[in-house]
Amino acid sequence: MEPYAREEFLACCIARLIGDAGHVAVGAASPVPATAVYLQKYMRNPRLRISLLHKRRGNPFTEGSRELFDLAGQGRIDLFFLGGAQIDGDANINLVQAGENRLPGCFGSSYMYFAAKRTILFREEHSRRVLVPKVEFVSACGWSPPEVKRNGGPQALLTGKALFSWQPDRHRFRLESVHPGSSAAEVRDSTGFDYDVSRDPTETAPPTAEELRLLRSAVREQIAANYPEFARRVWGAAA
Amino acid sequence: MADLPANQAASLRDADAVAAAIPDGALLGLPPDYSMPAMAVVHALIRRNARNLKLLGVPVLGLSADLLIGAGCVAEVEASAVSLGEAGLAPRFTEAVERGEIRIRDATCPAIHTALQATEKGVPFMPLRGVIGSDLLTVRPDWMVVNNPLAQNDPILIVPAIQPDIALFHARWADDAGNAWIGRRRELATIAHASRRCFVTYEEQRPGDMLEDELLAPGVLSSVYVSGVAKAERGAWPLSVADLYAIDDAHLALYAKAAKTKEGFQRYLDEYVWNPTRAKNSSPAASRA
Repeated sequence: MEPYAREEFLACCIARLIGDAGHVAVGAASPVPATAVYLQKYMRNPRLRISLLHKRRGNPFTEGSRELFDLAGQGRIDLFFLGGAQIDGDANINLVQAGENRLPGCFGSSYMYFAAKRTILFREEHSRRVLVPKVEFVSACGWSPPEVKRNGGPQALLTGKALFSWQPDRHRFRLESVHPGSSAAEVRDSTGFDYDVSRDPTETAPPTAEELRLLRSAVREQIAANYPEFARRVWGAAA
Repeated sequence: MADLPANQAASLRDADAVAAAIPDGALLGLPPDYSMPAMAVVHALIRRNARNLKLLGVPVLGLSADLLIGAGCVAEVEASAVSLGEAGLAPRFTEAVERGEIRIRDATCPAIHTALQATEKGVPFMPLRGVIGSDLLTVRPDWMVVNNPLAQNDPILIVPAIQPDIALFHARWADDAGNAWIGRRRELATIAHASRRCFVTYEEQRPGDMLEDELLAPGVLSSVYVSGVAKAERGAWPLSVADLYAIDDAHLALYAKAAKTKEGFQRYLDEYVWNPTRAKNSSPAASRA
């Protein structure tokens, strides 16, 4: 099998989760999700509309940065990505404060988690420091009581060790697959919250040759234009 | 501060003249790093030793805020986030908040846009979906969850209108009539519409009145909202102006590294803020936009 970068592997995992979404938006500082959406578009979903919020040349909107939030509120965004300095078993995320450390802030998360029809949570570090029993600050909550209007919520949580699905009926994550090089026991040991386990947790599939080919050609070109540092790190000097 | 002036946008000499017109303690509405902050005025505010500014990020902030905070110009920040984007955390902001040297009013992007839109419309508050269940409601006692008065059992957030004392940003062009061309960066218009006063620096002067040009008009901020304009070539550097110059990534990385310590930050100010000629000449990205 061809060797691949960690970022390529994670982008392939996310691409498969995107499925047949019609419109996906990618927020600030999200090069791996941005890589994944272009991969999914070129690989399986050519009609996918991608709104890259921090596209350096041009951008999808003409009404300023509020347009994204307005159209998301109407239900025009199928899929969004969020991360967190901390994530807990209720799928709450924290982007504000962890211990003594001040973080940048909530960005649009407190709204987008409600407005997008589904959200993929992505955080590469898989440790008890990040995956905690209860976040110290809820930037955005993973689920809401029935009277609170919400277009959607979490779909899955992808880390550097494993893939969890979110079970909206049980308000709990479920381990679906473990990445090559890790084990179910290691995942349990590195996770600070309790979760269910799929009847048959598998090993997460590695990138296919076709996925790698696209990542290193058409996808790389898109990413280098908008995340130059990331592209240099993963794929070397400009294409 | 006088209310809503601007029947005639004043033509100011330069960025330093703009900084002189921004009083200490003002609530300053600022755009994010990707939307043309008036960096030349940020530098000039530091040189004039501005104090107790309150910054409103619309909706996030980066280098402009980090410079002002590090230089001791800021008492309070309201923003959805403060960071240097791909260059990482905003080091002076982070340290100042951790040490309790500035107050932070955390927000989320659409809440800030909504609060400014309320001011644009002259209404006291506006509702916004989402947010309920976030600890933002704990740290923002001025935000309220009410029941939708037109429906049963439908809780919804309302945020009070925000009126900045001053809107400050950079633009591609200003014209003889005092209009500014901001293109698709309409959040700049939102800030201007909602603020008592608005100062704009610009790259180039255009003759005539851009509002009489159908192709330019949709990207124009009318002079009715503009208190003063000042020419500042490369006035957004090291950030970008679309089609003119790109963001200077190397400089941002240099800043992120230097500003990790107070000493490094002071050396950065000495080199690039107190000596503005040096800053202009050091920019390598002139034609790479």
